[in-house]
Amino acid sequence: MAEAIDNDAFARRRRRRFLIIVGAAVLATIVGVALLMNIFERKQEARNPFYRVVELTDDTEDPAVWGKNFPLQYDDYKRTVDQVRTRYGGSEALPHTPTKADPRSVLSQSKIEEDPRLKVMWAGYAFAKDFREERGHAYMLDDQTFTERQQVVKQPGTCIQCHGSVYVPYKKAGNGDLIAGFEKFNQMPFFEARKLVSHPVACIDCHDSSTMQLRVTRPGFIEGIRAFKATQGVQNYDVNKQATRQEMRAYVCGQCHVEYYFKGPEKRLVYPWAKGLKVEEIQAYYDEAQFKDWTHADTGASVLKAQHPEFELWNQGIHARSGVTCADCHMPYKREGALKISDHHVRSPMLNVNRACQTCHKWPEEELKARVETIQERTFKLRNVAMDALMDLISDLKAAKGAGKTDKEITTAQDFQRKAQFYLDFVEAENSTGFHAPQEAARILGESIDFSRKGQNALREGKSGVRAQTAKP
Amino acid sequence: MNPRTIQGIMLGIVIGIAVGIGAYTFAYAKGWSYLTDDPAACANCHVMREQFDGWLKSSHRAVATCNSCHTPANFIGKYATKASNGFWHSFFFTTGGYEDNIQIKPHSREITEQACRNCHGEIVGAIEPVHPAPAGGQLACLRCHDSVGHLH
Repeated sequence: MAEAIDNDAFARRRRRRFLIIVGAAVLATIVGVALLMNIFERKQEARNPFYRVVELTDDTEDPAVWGKNFPLQYDDYKRTVDQVRTRYGGSEALPHTPTKADPRSVLSQSKIEEDPRLKVMWAGYAFAKDFREERGHAYMLDDQTFTERQQVVKQPGTCIQCHGSVYVPYKKAGNGDLIAGFEKFNQMPFFEARKLVSHPVACIDCHDSSTMQLRVTRPGFIEGIRAFKATQGVQNYDVNKQATRQEMRAYVCGQCHVEYYFKGPEKRLVYPWAKGLKVEEIQAYYDEAQFKDWTHADTGASVLKAQHPEFELWNQGIHARSGVTCADCHMPYKREGALKISDHHVRSPMLNVNRACQTCHKWPEEELKARVETIQERTFKLRNVAMDALMDLISDLKAAKGAGKTDKEITTAQDFQRKAQFYLDFVEAENSTGFHAPQEAARILGESIDFSRKGQNALREGKSGVRAQTAKP
Repeated sequence: MNPRTIQGIMLGIVIGIAVGIGAYTFAYAKGWSYLTDDPAACANCHVMREQFDGWLKSSHRAVATCNSCHTPANFIGKYATKASNGFWHSFFFTTGGYEDNIQIKPHSREITEQACRNCHGEIVGAIEPVHPAPAGGQLACLRCHDSVGHLH
């Protein structure tokens, strides 16, 4: 009897041991096969950087079609809808009740409500009505279509160059000639041009459809960089033939992230670089062309509006000097399995410090962030000082006008306002809060403060306000 | 057939499959290469491609391989480090979730720091008495010479 129980127990134990061993072997097989498959997939990925699923031509406009060949890049591209704040930039998604005039359900925060001094600076100009924090590429077309600025001023078709994917529409309008199409669009009213454009910035705006190489498609940049290169002694510069691959990684962004104006009655989009890219060179260009964006409502000064001069400011900074371009930080390389691709989720490097900064800067993430924020904090403080100085000048000018001073008596001060305001706006409208070139940004703000105070001096009786001495280095 | 024989055959089959697949995976993934000194092995899994490319152009390529600086000089230490790094590298590469710009861990940094001294002990010995380390720290070769093996 006892023997039978022993036998039984032994058989049970053996069965249990058998099951455990089988179970372990099954588990090992599963893990082994999973690992094998994973290694196989990685090896396949490394072999083929992409699969040609559809044929792309120079007329393929829809990014979704390009996305079939380049799904990873397309996925990232679509993520530019994300709205994330950074300390001094980024955008916050704010709910908005759609109206007939503005069907957007989400907006970003209003900058003119955050700092009402901007309304004074832009008095009499559409920006005093509506100016919001910029947000991702995905919104560029809608945000330009539905801004309140459209309701207060009739905008030209020129704007669309940088608010939509225009390469194919320009070619169509120009019967194959990009520049001819550009000229046609410029002369249309905005909403007529708007109807001919269907996408925000798309693949074809920066990439050649057959080789995927970077390419510039915006006539404004093609002509602007040619004018700038001429100042350096390079005549008839053709950006798509003469630029290096690395330069192109900045130029494709510089197609739009630049200062510009609409020249003449034909509203031609021109980048004011014929004297150079620095703020004083651009100012000199505008002065010579006797250009003004509008007449200031409070002071009567002929003033200028600076527009996001990221490319120009970056050009004055240490990163540009070291050959580090926009794409290196805003579209850094990333790994997807065994593939290395450019991150097409274009965004602030502050949201992507490891890939954007730590490729070169071997410091902890917190340290790098702190460095950037220190630069931005200092710039922002200086910007506020410059803004206050400008407010003082505008209020003095207003008072002088109210006291019956003639236009002739206040011309010098008005001219200082024009300068002070353009310099200040050059840093204010620029989207890095000084980071793209910290010392240059500080210099520009310093000079802006000087212009404002000199303008005030010019209004005081018996003072010319003009001091010619400049210290020699 | 006797149930014990059936059990034995089944056991043989399942263990055989597991071992077979394991062996094939090992061969397919060039597992043997990790036991060698060949730096190309470190770029097998695509992650260290930049480091490998950098090393090919570096001043140390003629005198040092990856193992010279990233594993201890003794036999046991070398293979223990290889096993531990190998496991964790494979683990993270397979499961994902690591940073694209990979960062060295403090322990691995110590190994590399020691490797500098193995070859350049004489000059380090001459420097240390003159330039004592900061309080609580050690004078680190890598603080300045971090690009001799490869840039990134």
